[in-house]
Amino acid sequence: MEVLQLLVSGLANGCVYGLIALGFVLIYKATEAVNFAQGDFMMIGAFVSLGLTNAEYMDLPFWIAAPLAISIMAVFGYLLDLFVLRHLFGQSQTAVVILTIAMGFVLRFVAGLIWGHEPQTLESPLALGDLHLGSVVLGMADVAIIIVTFLMTFFLYQFFQRTKLGLAMQAASQNQMAAYFMGIPVKRVQGLVWGLSGATAAVAGILFASKGAIDPNAGLLGIKAFAAAVIGGFGSLPGALAGGLIVGVIEPFAARYLAAGYSQIAPYALLLAVLVFRPHGLFSQVRVKKV
Amino acid sequence: MRIHFKTSYAHDIRLFPDRWTLSIYGTLLLLAFALPYLLDEFFLGEVTNVLIWAIAGLGLMLLTGQTGQASLGHAAFLAIGCYANTILIEQGVPFIIAFPLAGVLTGVIGVIIAIPVLRLHGIYLAIATIALSVLADDIIVLTEPWSGGVSGKFPEMITIFGFEIERWSMPSRFYYLVLVVTIICTLFYRNLLRSPLGRAFAAVRDSEVSATAMGVHIARTKGKAFGLSCMITGWAGALMGYYAGTFNNETFSLVISITLLMMIVIGGLGSIHGAFFGAVVVAFLPQALSILKDNVVGSGVAIPGLETGVFGMILILFILFEPMGIYGRWLKIRTWFELFPFARKDMFRRQKSYLKTERLR
Repeated sequence: MEVLQLLVSGLANGCVYGLIALGFVLIYKATEAVNFAQGDFMMIGAFVSLGLTNAEYMDLPFWIAAPLAISIMAVFGYLLDLFVLRHLFGQSQTAVVILTIAMGFVLRFVAGLIWGHEPQTLESPLALGDLHLGSVVLGMADVAIIIVTFLMTFFLYQFFQRTKLGLAMQAASQNQMAAYFMGIPVKRVQGLVWGLSGATAAVAGILFASKGAIDPNAGLLGIKAFAAAVIGGFGSLPGALAGGLIVGVIEPFAARYLAAGYSQIAPYALLLAVLVFRPHGLFSQVRVKKV
Repeated sequence: MRIHFKTSYAHDIRLFPDRWTLSIYGTLLLLAFALPYLLDEFFLGEVTNVLIWAIAGLGLMLLTGQTGQASLGHAAFLAIGCYANTILIEQGVPFIIAFPLAGVLTGVIGVIIAIPVLRLHGIYLAIATIALSVLADDIIVLTEPWSGGVSGKFPEMITIFGFEIERWSMPSRFYYLVLVVTIICTLFYRNLLRSPLGRAFAAVRDSEVSATAMGVHIARTKGKAFGLSCMITGWAGALMGYYAGTFNNETFSLVISITLLMMIVIGGLGSIHGAFFGAVVVAFLPQALSILKDNVVGSGVAIPGLETGVFGMILILFILFEPMGIYGRWLKIRTWFELFPFARKDMFRRQKSYLKTERLR
């Protein structure tokens, strides 16, 4: 029974990692760059929804505040691309990596200025009550996280596979110049995907803040989400979710069965092992081009 | 404008292209040696800090600026150098042997780590090195019998043939030690660039495909770059340990790794000057900010995250508007004066480029 309880709580945590990893993968799929500030996006999304909902700030009803926060973050992502990242269009991935790390620092600083450094919780209707399944106890917030994450992965996957815009995004990442020749407005498509990833980050933030307290350093969770994205293969949406679940499930088991000190190493050791033995992840997207 | 008429290859790879440059750097060196007589102890300590950061910057510059491999894990190698040096000295090895050995040891560990990691490139390498940096903290705690774990270590006084050097009681002696190491590292780096290996590094950075076509073994070259880079970083780490006076598992955190990478970007990737300019920014920014803050909001008010926040903003501005860093801006200004009035605005314009996926190869 204990194993089942660990598994279930691991799944809920894993879904948060998976949601952040989805943000990485979205941007990677469409722009071939990695947003190292995705964890901080989540943190900002959480704080925006907290600022709209909580009694000491705006005191809006949750079901109005949540969509509002998601749209604010979508606009934020789009504007960030418009004013900052577009300057780096066509530059190497490393430049974007360094830029987004710097953005993460700035976002953390700004969030600290606005909302303070004390941990706060979102007054969310999701946080109420537990669900008892036999002897397994599961918070309602955990259930919500699991359902929302699976739904989002499904819809985003369909979006990339089926819609014209999703295909345009994939084309834009594979070869920017060829995409231009095909009449794809590459820069606008990239802006849209940044907006989409901002919205995803807001969803992750709302769910994360319903489950526990957040502070400006919550974005450092993003490092674990890296592990999730890498394990799943950067560029595969279901892979990101699977990777997140693997990391999430490994953590409580390592904490329970490994000696203290070794348990927090587990996700990173797994990350390094995957990078060494399967550098392109379990759901590899790398194909050798035939000439 | 000075025109260099080169008549031989030896002429082409000279350390200093002409007497004028030689005299400038000679003056700089004299000034550096006279500095303890010109500055008080506090500022001398700050300059020492700049030099230590510059050595670490040179180490990372060799890997990132010269070979084009971004590493976000160099704090781990600072830690290895620092711990190796302290532990060797505790075992009774004299400083004059322990210090170089600490760097070499760091380099060897760097190569061992590099073998699997360097098959990766771009973002994967960055992520792997982040994991390395996070792991270093936990590993130091786990190896407590040697590393001292959370309670940390205190480096002993440096003794070179009976001559004692200590950071707090004799800052000018420590300054000279750091200065000598800086000069050795800089000369080493400069000479490396003139050697076939240095050319191979640049070739790998600019295009792996064309480097292979020219007969450069990519993996081996990257491994050497990683090893040499870690060696210099290890020396910087050992000096950093002496400078701090005490260190534990949290001293060499991920933030230090990131600061180091940002430092060389702000200074100017791919140049020795860049490492020094970046080090000046990193070392003096906290002082400048605290003076500024005291004047604006009054002293005693703490703003957490201010330093990293401002540092991040400076970096964003540099990447957007001056990707070549401070050294690049200096080059532009110098060229403008040298060519006056013939300098054109688009002389340094970057070529328009388009990205292609790495997933289809």
